[in-house]
Amino acid sequence: MPVGPILPATDDPDSAGFWAATREGKFVVQKCGGCGELRFPPRPFCKYCQSNDFSWHPVSGRGRIWSFAIAHKPVYPALADFAPFPIVIVELEEKPTLRISGNVLAAPGAAINSVDPAKLRIGQPVHVTFQQVAEDVVLPQWLLTPPPGAA
Amino acid sequence: MDTISLKDRTAIVGIGQTKFGKGFTQSEEALGCEAIKMALDDAGLKASEVNGLVSYMMQTAEEDEITGALGLGDLTYFTRTPSGGGGAAATVGQAAMAIATGQADVVVAWRSRKRSAAASRVWMQTQPRVVHLREMWTTPWGVLRPADHVAMLFRRYMHLYDATREHLANIATAFRAHANRNPAALMYDKPMTRDDYMNARLISDPLCLFDCCLETDAALAVVLVSAERAKDLKQKPAYIHAIAQGVTSGSTMMANFFVDDPLHSQANPCAESLWRQSDIKAKDIKVAQMYDAFSPEILMCLEAYGFCGKGEAAAFTENGNIQLGGKLPINTGGGGLSECYIHGFNMINEGVKQIRGTSTSQVDDADNCFVCASDLNPTGAFILRR
Repeated sequence: MPVGPILPATDDPDSAGFWAATREGKFVVQKCGGCGELRFPPRPFCKYCQSNDFSWHPVSGRGRIWSFAIAHKPVYPALADFAPFPIVIVELEEKPTLRISGNVLAAPGAAINSVDPAKLRIGQPVHVTFQQVAEDVVLPQWLLTPPPGAA
Repeated sequence: MDTISLKDRTAIVGIGQTKFGKGFTQSEEALGCEAIKMALDDAGLKASEVNGLVSYMMQTAEEDEITGALGLGDLTYFTRTPSGGGGAAATVGQAAMAIATGQADVVVAWRSRKRSAAASRVWMQTQPRVVHLREMWTTPWGVLRPADHVAMLFRRYMHLYDATREHLANIATAFRAHANRNPAALMYDKPMTRDDYMNARLISDPLCLFDCCLETDAALAVVLVSAERAKDLKQKPAYIHAIAQGVTSGSTMMANFFVDDPLHSQANPCAESLWRQSDIKAKDIKVAQMYDAFSPEILMCLEAYGFCGKGEAAAFTENGNIQLGGKLPINTGGGGLSECYIHGFNMINEGVKQIRGTSTSQVDDADNCFVCASDLNPTGAFILRR
């Protein structure tokens, strides 16, 4: 089921590689060919060494909730049926200053309002899942990571 | 190289504002002309004397429409400032620089906007396929409205600094109390209690309806001339003592999640530049007008401009500190939350009223006033003095 009608252009030269990877179920960030720093969202140059040489670098898909909000109506019309729904910013395990927007889902493929917002906390571990929302668009989404030892 | 100081070189000598309302039938052009005409009349200047115009890049009425409709003079300076409400104070800065460098003599800064209809919400106009950095990495997940961006930042602020919605209530109720003294304010006859605030519907939790600015139709304008010329005009001049623009490197408008520290206000470089130029320091400021599209922006501005330390702004809002009679009264006309929301231009007019002594919430001995634009964008700030 589509998350909504707002979709990333997947043919933008700076970010097409990211969307190609999510279509294969992989989460990648850029790794600078000059200094080796990881960067996200995709940018044409490295802010540390000004190199434009980079490779797509697979990351673990693990992170933590940096912050979250709960969107109540009025929201974008295509999302109205889901409101109120939580929205999150996730910081990536490999480098916490790399962040991405997302939704927390109760299970792979579940709706964006499938998790009780009362369960969300800043700092909570999450891991990636992938959700196809258009022929060319697979969005990374997030599942709550159970504490170690939980069934 | 010789540089030119802007200190006390120029002054705001006229202010104008249309009625603040909703569903106006006039065009943005007509509203803009009305506000500019009022500002010129207030200053005692003729339309034909105007040779400079500054507005926002988001302004839809064009310079040629305004000059032609009002019979302004030939222009020798004109420009626009970027980033929506971040550009408010910068319009005055561009006007002051134009005058101080001899580009123009009489410069009008203005903003006209019809924003009261739901369809005019900028976020509702997002295209189905997005490519811009900020939109691509937020909107597909519904992180879309400015309220969502600010809610996300404020939740993190709450987590780090033990702030609560009670602190936002301090801000919203203080500004509403100011609006209740201001007959021009949209919320003049609508008092708001702390309970009203706490029981309001949520928009983007933790933000409620009263943390979000009004949606207004209106126009405002100010006229600037040189300090020498100002002395001969009919109003008490509001001198531009210091003015600055700034934005932190890599910051993204509102959805500022992709820099190392999103809670490091984008206004910090503006603050550094401003205080470097100013003889009046933060501790000396008598009254402040701060851009408040959303109540948490007040916290960020208080910290960025050094009115308190990092993480101390929530506590700063307590004990009536930001209300008339308090340590630093803020948004004495009611602000974007309770007077009107025209991309922060009402802060400029209210600042001038304080300097003149004509505010409806006049601060005793207000011989200076701090004014700033949105800290969530490329921004600007200035200090007015008598």
